[in-house]
Amino acid sequence: MSASTSAWRLLLRSPVAVAGLGALGLLVVLALLGPVLVPYGANAVDVTRALQPPSGAHWFGTDDLGRDVLSRVVLAARASLQVSVVSVSIALVLGVALGLVAGYFRGWADAVAMRVVDVLFAFPVMLLAIAIVAVLGPGLTTAMIAIGIVYVPVFARVTRASVLGVREEPYVRAAVAIGAGPLRIIRTHVLPNVTAPIIVQTSLSLAFAILAEAALSFLGLGIQPPEPSWGRMLFDGKGFTGSWWMSVFPGLAIFVTVLAFNLVGDGLRDVLDPRQRSVLESRRDR
Amino acid sequence: MSTTTAALAVEDLHVTIGRGARVARIVRGVSWSVQPGQTLGVVGESGSGKSMSVLAATGLAPATARVEGRAFLDGTDLLGLGPGELRRTRGRGLGFVFQDPMTSLNPLLTVERQITEGIEEHLGATRRAARTRALELLEMVGIPDAARRLEAYPHQMSGGMRQRVMIAIALACEPTMLVADEPTTALDVTTQAQILDIVRELQERIGMGVVWISHDLGVVGGLADEVVVMYGGQVLESAGVQTLHDAPAHPYTRGLLGARPRLGRLREELVAIPGAPPDPRALPGGCVFYERCPIKAERCAHEVPPLAEVAPGHLARTFCTEER
Repeated sequence: MSASTSAWRLLLRSPVAVAGLGALGLLVVLALLGPVLVPYGANAVDVTRALQPPSGAHWFGTDDLGRDVLSRVVLAARASLQVSVVSVSIALVLGVALGLVAGYFRGWADAVAMRVVDVLFAFPVMLLAIAIVAVLGPGLTTAMIAIGIVYVPVFARVTRASVLGVREEPYVRAAVAIGAGPLRIIRTHVLPNVTAPIIVQTSLSLAFAILAEAALSFLGLGIQPPEPSWGRMLFDGKGFTGSWWMSVFPGLAIFVTVLAFNLVGDGLRDVLDPRQRSVLESRRDR
Repeated sequence: MSTTTAALAVEDLHVTIGRGARVARIVRGVSWSVQPGQTLGVVGESGSGKSMSVLAATGLAPATARVEGRAFLDGTDLLGLGPGELRRTRGRGLGFVFQDPMTSLNPLLTVERQITEGIEEHLGATRRAARTRALELLEMVGIPDAARRLEAYPHQMSGGMRQRVMIAIALACEPTMLVADEPTTALDVTTQAQILDIVRELQERIGMGVVWISHDLGVVGGLADEVVVMYGGQVLESAGVQTLHDAPAHPYTRGLLGARPRLGRLREELVAIPGAPPDPRALPGGCVFYERCPIKAERCAHEVPPLAEVAPGHLARTFCTEER
């Protein structure tokens, strides 16, 4: 039994994490199969049926152009998940690389990398993302890049902090003693031993990225109409306060997605933190 | 003893940490050598500089330490090499066993991976050949059911087993020298004895030199040919193990021998050496052992005794050689 399979088993014992995983699984299915499942097209405009409240034909009602809100909410899931996964991947790769180099080599590499990170950290997240989109121009791709850059510092810091501890471990010194090169030591000895906090940070960042994408789209800087997006639907709904369903359902979609990522993140933290873990394991034994 | 034929020879080694008024002089002018097939015991209290002198000689001192002096591994001065060359020379020619077998193995890799890493790096062996060699090594260090143990993770093994794995890793490339930094301190006595036997046997078979760092004269006495006693960053006495035991010349060595518990003399009180080792940031002007010395003389307070020969092959840093 390896460490990862037992962590996975412990995770499945946590009802909260299982709920989060279930919700995420559902979201992924909707994102993949959305076009087949939905009753109407995303841009099936029917002005004669505009602003209808939820009904048997339109479970989530219709918007000001008569488009089916349920269909649009489901179809927007794909872009939202895509943006969050791609942008967090960008942040993950860049941030972890930066953190590994800074934490393992220390010295000037550390000083330079961490000052860059400090500068990025000094900006409020949304302001920085908006500034990057302003430079690169609005759209799906730039939203991914902007959100990705914004979350590089978090990954760099989390990784560096763990590396600082691991590089002092006797097994790292032992690896130096048998003559392993720095890249080999980082790859086989340091990186595998710092994955736990990075995994937790990844799932929490996915939640933040969903929110950031919704905010950018709300401001018209992310996914461009007529492509459906949760943020944009909130924006469209704000002029029609009487038609609450135009705002509530996309808002609910954002809420559920963010909650699901956070639940999984919390569950992972409990399972991967050794101190928490011994508590969980002893509970299981009882 | 000549440095050209020695497996590992250290010459006038100095290690300092920090600078200016807060400089700590951890090692001050240490020299010794180990011939192939011989074992050198380096003995001292915590903070005597025994570990630091060996780590510094092999280029493993912390980055904040400044190291001066020379250290010859098989005739090559390790401290004169560039980082890449040092890495290759050390990895090929030196094997290390550290004190704590609980943390000296990577918790996420199987035993096999940890043994084969060095073999693949330095001997250019294929995965398959390295695996065969790893199996051989595990059997050599006396691990039962070795084939199954290859797949195990460190947390699935006991302390003694892990230390055997560490020894297998250290011996994987048949090094010229084995450096053992208190390798048995964390183990219980029977396991300790087994580990000592394994090292002795392997040493005879491969003919490597061994440096055995320990605070335990008893362990060193059963293993070493020569013993170096360190205190306050200096060598206070060095001699063959029998000479040191029978006729210690330095009062500190005599104190260490007196502080050992012996079986069958349960009620006898152990003779402790009063006081504590000196602070490496505020070393005394005279003899480093002055404060705690039972036979100190006037001149010891302001004059450092030289490391002088009291008998052939027997060096001691004391003015009181006539007193035994």
